[in-house]
Amino acid sequence: MIEIKDLHKSYRTGATSLHVLKGINFSVQEGELVSIMGSSGSGKSTLLNILGMLDEADEGSYTLDGVPIKNLNERIAAKYRNKFLGFIFQSFNLINYKSALDNVALPLYYQGVSRNERMEKSYAYLEKVGLADWAKHLPNELSGGQKQRVAIARALASDPKVLLADEPTGALDTKTSYEVMDLIQGINDEGKTILIVTHEDDIAHMTKRIVNLKDGIILDDSRVQQVRAIENV
Amino acid sequence: MFSLERWEEIFETISKNKLRTFLTGVSVASGIFILVILLGVSTGMQNGVQQQFQRDAANRISVWTGVTSVEYKGLNPGRRIQLKNRDYALADRKYKDQLEYKSALYRIWGGLVNYKNESGSYRVEGVLPDYQFLESEDLTEGRYINYSDNDQYRKVAVIGMKVYNDLFKDKKPAVNRQIEIRGVLFKVVGVYSDPGGEREEARVFVPLKTAQKVFGAGDNLDQLAFTLPQEDNFEKAVKNSQAFTEKLSRQLKEFHTVAPEDVSAIRINNSLENMKNVYATIYIVRLFFWFVGVATIFAGVVGVSNIMLIIVKERTKEIGIRKALGAQPLSVIGMVLHESIFITIISGFTGLLIGMFFLQFISPYIPFFQSDFIYNPTVNFQVAVTTVLILIIAGAFAGFFPAWRAARIKPIVALRDE
Repeated sequence: MIEIKDLHKSYRTGATSLHVLKGINFSVQEGELVSIMGSSGSGKSTLLNILGMLDEADEGSYTLDGVPIKNLNERIAAKYRNKFLGFIFQSFNLINYKSALDNVALPLYYQGVSRNERMEKSYAYLEKVGLADWAKHLPNELSGGQKQRVAIARALASDPKVLLADEPTGALDTKTSYEVMDLIQGINDEGKTILIVTHEDDIAHMTKRIVNLKDGIILDDSRVQQVRAIENV
Repeated sequence: MFSLERWEEIFETISKNKLRTFLTGVSVASGIFILVILLGVSTGMQNGVQQQFQRDAANRISVWTGVTSVEYKGLNPGRRIQLKNRDYALADRKYKDQLEYKSALYRIWGGLVNYKNESGSYRVEGVLPDYQFLESEDLTEGRYINYSDNDQYRKVAVIGMKVYNDLFKDKKPAVNRQIEIRGVLFKVVGVYSDPGGEREEARVFVPLKTAQKVFGAGDNLDQLAFTLPQEDNFEKAVKNSQAFTEKLSRQLKEFHTVAPEDVSAIRINNSLENMKNVYATIYIVRLFFWFVGVATIFAGVVGVSNIMLIIVKERTKEIGIRKALGAQPLSVIGMVLHESIFITIISGFTGLLIGMFFLQFISPYIPFFQSDFIYNPTVNFQVAVTTVLILIIAGAFAGFFPAWRAARIKPIVALRDE
């Protein structure tokens, strides 16, 4: 599903250049649930941004579902993001003047889906994350866990190939974190490929594979015995 | 562009910033308001001038005389030139085929006119039959002076509405009643009205020859008046009348031994030429008003642009989220432009309506808008449409820079922005 070869990325600030990613080789098969771990500055967010086409690598190749991702202009990047990827952020990034339902419907709007179909689909996804009763509520009327569920429903709405989650539980307490992880595990069980960036060990162990990043290179990449989140709630 | 979401978003952001949007709207609305008022005033000026010209035939050419100002052929300056019957005969003979209407005039200022116990002092003018058309008068009763009145020295008179109202309090027909002009009995044969209003209607017309004889004027004249046939093309009409004026002036000056460059001895007033000059002036004023109005709108537009920039800045993160979810740069541009055009058009229309309301219903109570120079100030449909077009362009212009900035927002930067 994801194929990365010899990926380099550096940031230039004035005269100094910071080499963040120093040759990453990494691939993800369909249906995997992978966590990317590392301390801050290890380059894990940069890697996720490149995977999410929010940023571009200096060197190396990136293939997503057989499509080479290179020389993106804004228009194509937007199209690919919409078609291939679903984002889940640490700070949820919901649009705060739109209801939960409208937030979920947004990617479908950009896909050009008709209004009725959009609302129907969005409602179904809200139901899936257990928030059908909250469809008309604004984000600031929801708890943190509920917000993240709405965000997950939004990420799923466009039926992407891969879900990218950047510290999805970073702003949540342990109990809520596990509930969200349970939801993510459920989605993975249905066959969706998911990548999670986290620095929490317990969250990482709820995935099926842990990639450890340090100073811009992969230190360690190993499969683990998945811990079911529901058992720890 | 017309999707429900877009509108929802616009109303959402506007309702979150009511005061700010309102203040921005006010600047655009006042700009349009000022433009509309200025254009209304310039239309009013045009109407006012047109009304002034309506007093007489629009293409009237008048000739009168004064005192020479230049020494010529051994004759000292300061000589008074007097128009005579032979001057009129000369013009009549030479230009018979070119002229539409022609008349000579002998006038007494302040002639006392009585009917029974009523009396008044009016201009009494001896004229020829064509004079009715030179003054653009309409008969409300009876007939005008004709050539046999003139040839037979008949004591007949045509009076203005004002004179009729002053003298005939019984409001019965005036024709065939006898009035006294400077003690001489005249029979009223007609009553006229004049678009120039009361001032032009406070006059009494009698046959030219009768006037010269009764008032002891010999063969003296005060004025010659002509019109040339109407032309469809205004420029051509002006040119023809200028050519005629020049020739006539040259011949009369030669006839009276007046220097060709002397402008005070023989004066010719060409209404068409005057009208052309006045119209040119109004045109300049109108251009200036447009400039001022558009500049004012521009100031308002800069305000809108500024607000939109702030809105874009505030919504940086939201725009980043949208882009991460697959919003095309074009759709972001559309979103910002749409809002800016919406604000400009709504507030601009408000200004337009207030301005038109003001001209229509309030200006009649303000003396400035109802003076001699300004008459019925309005904006016509075409001007309103032009203003609306300006608004749409202004809105697009106001939104352009903010939209451009919004489109360039990088989602990664926007999302990092906590």
